[in-house]
Amino acid sequence: MFTRRGGRCVARFAPGEAAVLHQVVAEVMALLSDGFDRADPVVERLFPDVYPEDPAGSADLRRYTDDDLKTAKLDQARSILSVLPADGGEVRLDPEQAETWLRALTDVRLALGLRLDIRDDTDLEAELDDAVLRDPTSPRVGQLSVYAYLTYLQESLLEALVS
Amino acid sequence: MGGMTAPQVVPVETPDIEEVPAADRPWVTVVWNDPVNLMSYVTWVFQKLFGYNREKAESLMLDVHHKGKAIVSSGMRERMEYDASRLHGYGLWATVDRS
Repeated sequence: MFTRRGGRCVARFAPGEAAVLHQVVAEVMALLSDGFDRADPVVERLFPDVYPEDPAGSADLRRYTDDDLKTAKLDQARSILSVLPADGGEVRLDPEQAETWLRALTDVRLALGLRLDIRDDTDLEAELDDAVLRDPTSPRVGQLSVYAYLTYLQESLLEALVS
Repeated sequence: MGGMTAPQVVPVETPDIEEVPAADRPWVTVVWNDPVNLMSYVTWVFQKLFGYNREKAESLMLDVHHKGKAIVSSGMRERMEYDASRLHGYGLWATVDRS
């Protein structure tokens, strides 16, 4: 988890944590590039219609904004991959990098949250207990743990940044 | 609808009241609640993008959280589209509407 040290946000990542982070970020990058599909609910959430009641107007505007937004999201995702060693280790982010990471972590959590059907009243711990009880080896158990981990990670980064 | 005796003459000179001020009406950027974004993060984004102080940003965030949405900026249409796009860059769910 991140702490503030001498104007930087510092965290140490275990190899397993770094591997997970690399994987989920790479998955989002794939969605934003080759796998870009407007019908995907994750894409729909990351690129919301500006005029929900005017699909034509939204599509028209999108022609001007989509490319920039896509590039920005890819860049911020890449910033995690380029700074975080794939086998773990210490990360020291200056404030600008920290902000970039915050945005990238948001995209990853939004994607995972949709896949996991996270809702406003979702109790993550209860959800995880429930999933373990059903089948401790299910992918859902792993994904819920990753989601919880990313939430704590983002929270700690924001706290370290604004402290 | 009007019956047989309803007056048929409509004064053509009368401007459509709905339409005249609509052109000048400012537009608004609306942020909608979502179950993923952290309250602290949403507050931080409002401060960051709009220069709001903590109190104002927090109050807007609480509106989003409790009422489901909040108007975070208002003005010319193009400016609101720009605001919405910046909010999308931060992963917030933003739309543009007439005020």
